[in-house]
Amino acid sequence: MTAEIGQLSLTLALALSLVMAAAGLSGARVTAGVSRRVASNSAMGLLVFIVLAFATLEYASIVSDFSILNVANNSSLAKPLLYKITGVWGNHEGSMLLWVLVLALYTAAIALAKRGSDRLTSAALGIQGLLAAAFLIFILFTSNPFLRIDPPPFDGAGLNPLLQDLGLAVHPPTLYIGYVGLSASFAYAAAALITRELDAAWARAARPFMLAAWIALTIGITLGSWWAYYELGWGGFWFWDPVENASLMPWLVGTALLHSALATERTGAFRTWTLLLSIAAFSLSLIGTFLVRSGVLTSVHSFANDPERGTFILIMLVLAIGGALALFAWRAPSLETGSAFEPVSRETALLANNVLLVTAAATVFLGTLYPLFLDAFTGTKISVGPPFFAVTFVPVFVVLLILLPLGPRLAWHRSAIVEAVRPLIPALGVALIAAAIVSAIADTHVLVAAGAFGLAAWVISASFLDLYKRPVKTAAAFAVAIAHAGLGVTLMGVAETTLWRAETLSLLGPGETAQVGPYTLTMGKIERADGSNYAAIRADIHVSKGGTAIATLTPAKRVYPLEQQETAETAIRTNGVSDLYLALGDERGIGHFIVRAYYNPLAPFIWFGGAIMALGGLTSLWGRLRARSAQPAADAVAAE
Amino acid sequence: MKFLVAAFLFFATAAQAALAPGTLSDLAQETRARALQKELRCVVCQGESVDESGALIAADIRRLIRERIAAGESDAQIKDYLVGRYGDFILMKPPLEPNTWLLWFGPVAVLLIGSAVGAVVVIRASRQSKITK
Repeated sequence: MTAEIGQLSLTLALALSLVMAAAGLSGARVTAGVSRRVASNSAMGLLVFIVLAFATLEYASIVSDFSILNVANNSSLAKPLLYKITGVWGNHEGSMLLWVLVLALYTAAIALAKRGSDRLTSAALGIQGLLAAAFLIFILFTSNPFLRIDPPPFDGAGLNPLLQDLGLAVHPPTLYIGYVGLSASFAYAAAALITRELDAAWARAARPFMLAAWIALTIGITLGSWWAYYELGWGGFWFWDPVENASLMPWLVGTALLHSALATERTGAFRTWTLLLSIAAFSLSLIGTFLVRSGVLTSVHSFANDPERGTFILIMLVLAIGGALALFAWRAPSLETGSAFEPVSRETALLANNVLLVTAAATVFLGTLYPLFLDAFTGTKISVGPPFFAVTFVPVFVVLLILLPLGPRLAWHRSAIVEAVRPLIPALGVALIAAAIVSAIADTHVLVAAGAFGLAAWVISASFLDLYKRPVKTAAAFAVAIAHAGLGVTLMGVAETTLWRAETLSLLGPGETAQVGPYTLTMGKIERADGSNYAAIRADIHVSKGGTAIATLTPAKRVYPLEQQETAETAIRTNGVSDLYLALGDERGIGHFIVRAYYNPLAPFIWFGGAIMALGGLTSLWGRLRARSAQPAADAVAAE
Repeated sequence: MKFLVAAFLFFATAAQAALAPGTLSDLAQETRARALQKELRCVVCQGESVDESGALIAADIRRLIRERIAAGESDAQIKDYLVGRYGDFILMKPPLEPNTWLLWFGPVAVLLIGSAVGAVVVIRASRQSKITK
């Protein structure tokens, strides 16, 4: 019965999304009030049925209903309850259903937010309806999670052990809230092109969705990087893996969008550019989904892939992106009014920000997709790895970070450079002192380390100095300072971990010792530590520093017999400033194990910085939602 | 007793070989080897470098790099040899060739075009600003 309820819910959801598309898009032309109500109610119905379908799949997974193919393929009786719940989106069909669930949530939010005019909201809901319909057709015809299997197997095939982890359980939903959130600003952008309503009210309506998407992407990328750090066992935090890049591209363009939309909202500058970025950001989300879900990549993340589905997603991609760009080319020229500002102004600073962020995004785009195209068209295989991005992406970001503190100091329309920059002189002092201290204590990579620390100190101290100098400390001012400082904190973590990490590979038997960074490691007892669905070996490793015992870490190695896979359960001891990172390797010789030990100075800062950036975004969103109670009245006056 | 010692030595050396194939005693040479293996891709893995891969072929390449460094070959010579055997695929940083021009110059082109368009926008906006004033 469960599969039938799910199937029926998806079908009804498809019907409602088509109603929403038709009503919403017609509302852009005529009788917007009625159309808006029809589209809004369809959006609510869509949400109800998608939630029902998702709940059905959850239920089937929790009770281990192996008569459903998806559950039989991806679950097993012995799997812990937590992973029965989160494993639902650990496979292709379930993750697409999650995608549509998040889309339905955003659509309902657009319907309920009552921001913008009836025509604008109708058109935006219409676009969301088209997207929902496309994805529901994709699910129903190529990725149906409710297919039956007869006879049902006695036990399921299990879930990829790498995915049986709490970090990865929350990582995809967060990332999807980001990816799909960009659909809302895409829908508003298309709606602006259809209705020709592109004013400050438009920017106010679309901005909370851009912010929500950006916050979720920031958290999602941070979590993904953290997961790779502790789960993959290599001590690395970013591998320039195509799937990581697929989430970085929308983030870069989304960041550019947030800055450009700020100018559009405040002064009406860069209107059409903001629309184009809205389209580009969501297009990159779709491309990311295509890359991950179609199986065109072979990377550590491509767990669930099927080339057959790629064609369908590719068609959807071409229609959505091509359609939006065609609409843009047709309507945008009539919407551009040109803007008036002096060369030294906030607008110019935001323009520079956008040029640099788009260059960075283009670099990641080429680095990720070029090898695929080259292989497809010429059969030549090349690799684009970290050394490529070190010489292309990093310089662009360095320039961005050098200029970053200047932007918030400049006034709109026109500004005097000297007056704007003079208050930042103490920050320059802090940066030079930081660089001097680092070059004094560094014994390797002196120049790069001093530069990176100086830059981070410049960004962080200038952010707080700017906030301190502001006469009125609004939520927006706090948001800017926090988000920018977060970027500086991440830079410190990235730079020091990359430059100064210490790494020791050793073969240890009980009682034997090894040295990593300031720590001495002594192998203690080695024992079995099996779980409900895996066999494991765990080692007690005693850590001491300068002769004093500090802690005992227990890295382990698991073997999942059903899935025939090994995972490293790393043991990480962090004091908030540096990490001691231990991974247990294979047994070589009797009772001797390979131990991979890393001392990662400032590694936690990488993720602290991500969290701080997200906090900056939340501050801005909170400020907007709080100010909102006063806003509808002002909008109503402006509309009359 | 002799047997035990022999067995121990056997296991110890076997383990040592599997770990880091004959770490070079010269620190400068070892640093070169480490830097070089970070720039090479483990050809059978999924995006891992030779430096971090646990695959057998990666261990072979690590050993080969050290043998050739010890024999006095330059980094370029070693890379050329490996590219000859495995193709450009083994290089984490693709070489600058006609079919990678777009990859290498694409970002530069975006930066230049973006800056040019940005400059035009700023010039126009500043004219507009003077007219309205």
